Amino acid sequence: MSNERKIRVLAAKPGLDGHDRGIKVICHALRDAGMEVIYTGLRQTPEQIAATAVQEDVDVIALSVLSGAHDYLFPRIMELVKGKGLKDVLVIGGGVIPEEDIPALKAAGISEIFGPGTYTSDIVQYIQENVRKT
Amino acid sequence: MFDPEKIKDLKKQQSAWEEKIESKLSKAPERQKIFKTISEIPIQRVYSPGDIPNLDYDRDLAFPGEFPFTRGVQPTMYRGRFWTMRQYAGFADAEESNRRYKYLLDQGQTGLSVAFDLPTQIGYDSDHPLAQGEVGKVGVAIDSLLDMETLFDGIPLDKVSTSMTINAPAAVLLAMYIGVAEKQGVSSKDLNGTIQNDILKEYSSRGTYIFPPQPSLRIITNIFGYCSKEVPKWNTISISGYHIREAGSTAVQEVAFTLANGLAYVEAAQKAGLDVDVIGPRLSFFFNAHLDFFEEIAKYRAARRLWARLMKERFGSKDPRTMTLRFHTQTAGCSLTAQQPKNNIVRVAFQALSAVLGGTQSLHTNSMDEALALPTEEAVQVALRTQQLIAYETGVTDTVDPLAGSFYIEHLTTTIEEKAMDYLRKIDELGGAAAAIEKGFIQREIQESAFRYQKAIEAGDRVVVGINKFQIKEPPPSGLLKVDPAIREQQIQKIRKIKQTRDNTRVLSCLDSLKKTAEGSDNLMPPILEAVRAYATLGEICDTLRSVFGEYTAVSTL
Repeated sequence: MSNERKIRVLAAKPGLDGHDRGIKVICHALRDAGMEVIYTGLRQTPEQIAATAVQEDVDVIALSVLSGAHDYLFPRIMELVKGKGLKDVLVIGGGVIPEEDIPALKAAGISEIFGPGTYTSDIVQYIQENVRKT
Repeated sequence: MFDPEKIKDLKKQQSAWEEKIESKLSKAPERQKIFKTISEIPIQRVYSPGDIPNLDYDRDLAFPGEFPFTRGVQPTMYRGRFWTMRQYAGFADAEESNRRYKYLLDQGQTGLSVAFDLPTQIGYDSDHPLAQGEVGKVGVAIDSLLDMETLFDGIPLDKVSTSMTINAPAAVLLAMYIGVAEKQGVSSKDLNGTIQNDILKEYSSRGTYIFPPQPSLRIITNIFGYCSKEVPKWNTISISGYHIREAGSTAVQEVAFTLANGLAYVEAAQKAGLDVDVIGPRLSFFFNAHLDFFEEIAKYRAARRLWARLMKERFGSKDPRTMTLRFHTQTAGCSLTAQQPKNNIVRVAFQALSAVLGGTQSLHTNSMDEALALPTEEAVQVALRTQQLIAYETGVTDTVDPLAGSFYIEHLTTTIEEKAMDYLRKIDELGGAAAAIEKGFIQREIQESAFRYQKAIEAGDRVVVGINKFQIKEPPPSGLLKVDPAIREQQIQKIRKIKQTRDNTRVLSCLDSLKKTAEGSDNLMPPILEAVRAYATLGEICDTLRSVFGEYTAVSTL
């Protein structure tokens, strides 16, 4: 893949959670860092997110859940993403996610989890360092 | 309040004083070049009567309980009785939440506040596909009157006041509450409490909308109309700035956008033929208690004064109860840190103190562990004790509005009122709050403030203890509360059982008559209540309304 293409990010809010302050701030920061960001808006099903990822040909999926439903939603999205053959897409997650839940989410294929207090600059850096690695 | 000649003289003295200081600043500079509040109101080195030259005691402050209510909505405030201590709670199922409510009441809490899970808030039963992963997570799962009976089991509804954070399906949950009261032998006329019922801020800030604005406003005014006759002591709406602030707004925007929504509800009620002084006294408000201590105190005072003036001048209200802005406060969830969580106890205490000094009617203090998970019982107890300490130990409650007359507080109060009024004029130009939301104006304003706030933290311009200063290495938190995922399966079983045992012919006929009412223009509350009594589920009732009203599609603001 050519490195000239801008990094394309799908920022998504799966589930019924309405807390979108964080994801919107991150969208803004990623754009300022030169990435192309597609924001899904609220209440996306795992199926919708996977389909949009294919359609938009994204390099990164950034998921945000603050309702506690990450334990169901994140692995379900990974299952669909893998099923669609999106093997080289970097998937990261954030929200109110207890430390003890992180190993299972990583085992399901989420690359990194960012909790409360994370700097947007750290997310930008993480994406730049890890995107299109495979 | 001050002699203009004396103010002139004072200003001269102040200039001389400032000059003297400026000359020394090169050697001993101040900590920052510019000081400002979270709303970006510049903060001077010192305030004097010269900064509030036009403040008129009678016109702008008056005594507590008197127009424009800047100093408080009642004459005696906390000398009469303290605010209602009301911790927002609810998780898992009705049994578990009922246990938590009884615990809180045993600990000296004086009112209940129900948190519903997201499927309930968006009008889906627990067996709906979109409810997967969400049942019982951020609140209690309620599918039918049966769950509501369990939720309030052993809690006499004529003795407690209950606040319910429910918006799009507020009419259904209120009907369920009335249904439980009927079973307890309590008349709806004796019920005390609040439903949030504030859909406009759901579109702009909180996200649990179902229907488009017009039918949503109809449901809201139907509730106003019904309650004015049948549930007269009920607060029919809690016009909420809390979530606007949590979404990232400043204090000024919180006041402006909340009051703009309030104006939209009053206008909708008037269009529906309801008199401002019939519905006005039952409107209540809900604000955030954020970090900027003095700005927060001034914010509550400015909101009270501005609302009183708007009700009188814009709507010609003659009833002081319509003009009084009564409000609940919750400390700022967004200010809590997951790092060094015990520090949150202190943050919450300062925030709660600002709400008390600002004259709140009820208060929720956040628990120290809420940036990590739902609060444990121990964490909730400390949060409640924080309120009790302020009430019983600090002495701040013994006189009304003790900070009135502070040059700084009065200057801030006036500035916030003016800046909020500027926003209201802009929103009027856009066609009111609903139109401003549909154009994305309010969302964009909030987003921009949220981004600025985050940037200030990352640049180190705003210090957050434990995040960008005074960090430590700490072990991951332990003992967090976790909701059992099996709750969904249990709820599904309960739904199956209720659908087998209820009179399904009656349910169908209730839903049919609800549909006909929705298609016409009669009040929706009576057929909703009938359906609830027949044990129609929340999802069945909301689906019936969806079939007539359709669903809201959010506008993109990114």
